[in-house]
Amino acid sequence: MLLQLHEPGESPAPHEQDRGLAVGIDLGTTNSVVALAQGGAVEVLRDGDGQALIPSVVQYDEDGSVIVGREARRMILEKPEQVVSSVKRLMGRGIEDLKSLAGTLPFRLDSAAEGGMVRLRVAGRTLTPVEVSADILRALRARAEEAQGKDVDRAVITVPAYFDDAARTATKDAARLAGLEVLRLVNEPTAAALAYGLDHGAEGLYAVYDLGGGTFDLSILRMEKGVFQVRATGGDAALGGDDIDHAVAEHFLAERAATRGDVTLTEGEVMQALAAARVAKECLSTQREGDWMIEVGGIATRHSLTRETLDALAAPWLDRTVEICRQVIEDAGIDVADIQGVVLVGGSTRMPLVRSSVKALFGRDPLANINPDEVVAVGAALQAEALTAGSDTLLLDVTPLSLGIETMGGIVEKLIPRNTPIPVAMAQEFTTYQDGQTAMTIHVVQGEREMVDQNRSLARFVLRGIPPMAAGAARIRVTFTVDADGLLTVTASEGSTGIEQQVAVKPSYGLTEDEMATMLRDSLEHAREDMDSRLLAETVVEARRSVLAVQAALGVDSDLLSADERKGIDDAIAEVERTIASSDRDAVTAAMDALEAATKTFAERRMDRGIRQALAGVAIDSLDESIGG
Amino acid sequence: MNHPASAIAPCWSCKGPVASRALFCSVCGAVQGPGIVDHYTRLGLPRSFDIDQDALERQYLGLQRRVHPDRFASKSPREKALSQAQATALNDAHDTLKDPLRRAAYLLGLLGSPVDLTACGTINDRALLMEQMEMREALAEAGTRERVAQLAMEAESAMIACQCGISAAFNANDLDQAGHLAIRLKYLSRLAEEARAKKTRITRTP
Repeated sequence: MLLQLHEPGESPAPHEQDRGLAVGIDLGTTNSVVALAQGGAVEVLRDGDGQALIPSVVQYDEDGSVIVGREARRMILEKPEQVVSSVKRLMGRGIEDLKSLAGTLPFRLDSAAEGGMVRLRVAGRTLTPVEVSADILRALRARAEEAQGKDVDRAVITVPAYFDDAARTATKDAARLAGLEVLRLVNEPTAAALAYGLDHGAEGLYAVYDLGGGTFDLSILRMEKGVFQVRATGGDAALGGDDIDHAVAEHFLAERAATRGDVTLTEGEVMQALAAARVAKECLSTQREGDWMIEVGGIATRHSLTRETLDALAAPWLDRTVEICRQVIEDAGIDVADIQGVVLVGGSTRMPLVRSSVKALFGRDPLANINPDEVVAVGAALQAEALTAGSDTLLLDVTPLSLGIETMGGIVEKLIPRNTPIPVAMAQEFTTYQDGQTAMTIHVVQGEREMVDQNRSLARFVLRGIPPMAAGAARIRVTFTVDADGLLTVTASEGSTGIEQQVAVKPSYGLTEDEMATMLRDSLEHAREDMDSRLLAETVVEARRSVLAVQAALGVDSDLLSADERKGIDDAIAEVERTIASSDRDAVTAAMDALEAATKTFAERRMDRGIRQALAGVAIDSLDESIGG
Repeated sequence: MNHPASAIAPCWSCKGPVASRALFCSVCGAVQGPGIVDHYTRLGLPRSFDIDQDALERQYLGLQRRVHPDRFASKSPREKALSQAQATALNDAHDTLKDPLRRAAYLLGLLGSPVDLTACGTINDRALLMEQMEMREALAEAGTRERVAQLAMEAESAMIACQCGISAAFNANDLDQAGHLAIRLKYLSRLAEEARAKKTRITRTP
């Protein structure tokens, strides 16, 4: 066994080897991929046929069984009422969000559900997008566990950079349902850059053009000496290769209608037309023309399509991506010429028109030497290893959308502008506008527009318990924090009295804690044990850390203790260690409390000594006066 | 630095003394919360308007590399929260000092001569008012990409001149002049931003 040296604060958690594996997951709109990094080498986990892509399609059979992947996708035509696809487009979405997409989505929405996240009607059941995504994640987890013969309980999951808070929260909730602890949500373009950066030692400014099935983003990153800094990011959470499939399918159906007249299509026929359109689009990446069949009312028709026609159909969507690219480059405060490379991500970037559009905009051939379907999962796996085994690389990401609050007249006041490096915290002071007012409502929105109703509503919450005083006298300080996953939390305190308040944020399109708890109970028979073992693991980590801290203190200051006092502390440490071995969480907690009590005097004497030394002009060691250049 | 004893606080983990600006306890190695220190101290840079951009980036990345939440993904919730607070404080310090306008305003505040750049009220200064009106009019009338680009460049070079003026004012300890120029810099940067946006719009629709 090799001896490993770690700097303080950088050592891996004790008994890291006790934990299950940590994988990287690209949870895509159309397909998902799972990969595992070990010692910097990444393995994309494949099925028996060597397929890395698991279609993000779930079939809910009448007998209650759940099938994910290619088998489920095959059932789209046969049993459309049992199959859910492209569910990622619904993550964190309310029913009113989907009105503009009405008729183009392969979903049956539960119109009875009011407010909150949309519900799907599938094979007589009502499901949330979170539950469907959890089923996909379970399948990915099972594939990884099968391939490795080990438990997999943690993951880095990628999300489009443009995903808002609601969609990120929904993704994290889905992982919880699938029994996976999310180490970090990483933006897809950042993951792709990580995969390229580490492989090629790239330095400088890079653009990542990610056109997936349902989402588009462009990100500008600076890579330098192992630091991946996102400079700017932007995109459209409802623009992707699926839109091109729809355009092609509509073209086929219009051709057909021109000769055979209009007919109302069944759901299965629409699906079949879309499937033919997708095949046509994919084939035309390598060939110049071809014929495809559409079947309506039992009568098949043949439709030919050339690459030129496909390009014309796809052009409006690709023009939109180019427009977004220009905006992001402007946001980053750079010129196109400053960009040293363009990375292509997403299956849709295989289209020759995408490659030529990107080349025309950036003036250089894009990089595509890592499989665009797998590159995101590869980056996620590398990050999962970095987070568990330690690493020198650093990902510094930004907020994709501005965060603001509603003010008088429905106008948004921006608090945290887009492209602000995260984690970030911003405090804002509010006051009352009526005498004796004891509560106020705060509405948080995300987006770039000026009016509240043009942006996404994230959450509304009520600040209560404001001490009654004259209008304008109360000082309520509300702090908005966006963590490294891009998730928002809110805290509030009243300035004149110092009353601190934990704010219960009710997500506009998310699931409440109660709903999550119910789902956890219903969905996983082991959920209870999973939860218990996680709490125990956390307590044990904390206990081991306390023991190490006390031992370190004894190492420098044990002369402050009498032999009896020393024995008291040593006994308390032995008791903590004994309870850790017993796996009884309450006993560990009690032993830690006893250790804290046993070391109280010791701690006081150490502080006294420190202060005396400081007064005498002795510098307290500080590990980080400056960073060497 | 005030009284030396006030620069010491107990480590939350081993309870021993630790310098309040230390990232880690020197005894037990536990990550500490961000102490209440100014942005320059946090990043270990001299308190001046003239800032070495390379040193700023080096200090920021070096410190971030050590405290970023990614380093604490498998640690206890408390250590995760502290590292997030540290990373947040570093981002705040870096974002403030990186931007000349925010840096000028921040330094004026530190030196006890705060200037309010958020109030977008009237311009009291006649010369500044005339200059801004002329530049805005020119931008509104500009119809070609070349003309807009030229105006953007003019605004940007005025900004550079303005920054040099701010630097000289700070060095001469003339805080009124520094505050005055900071307000001018704010209007110039807004104008430059609008010119860039207009340039992009024109490029997009040829």
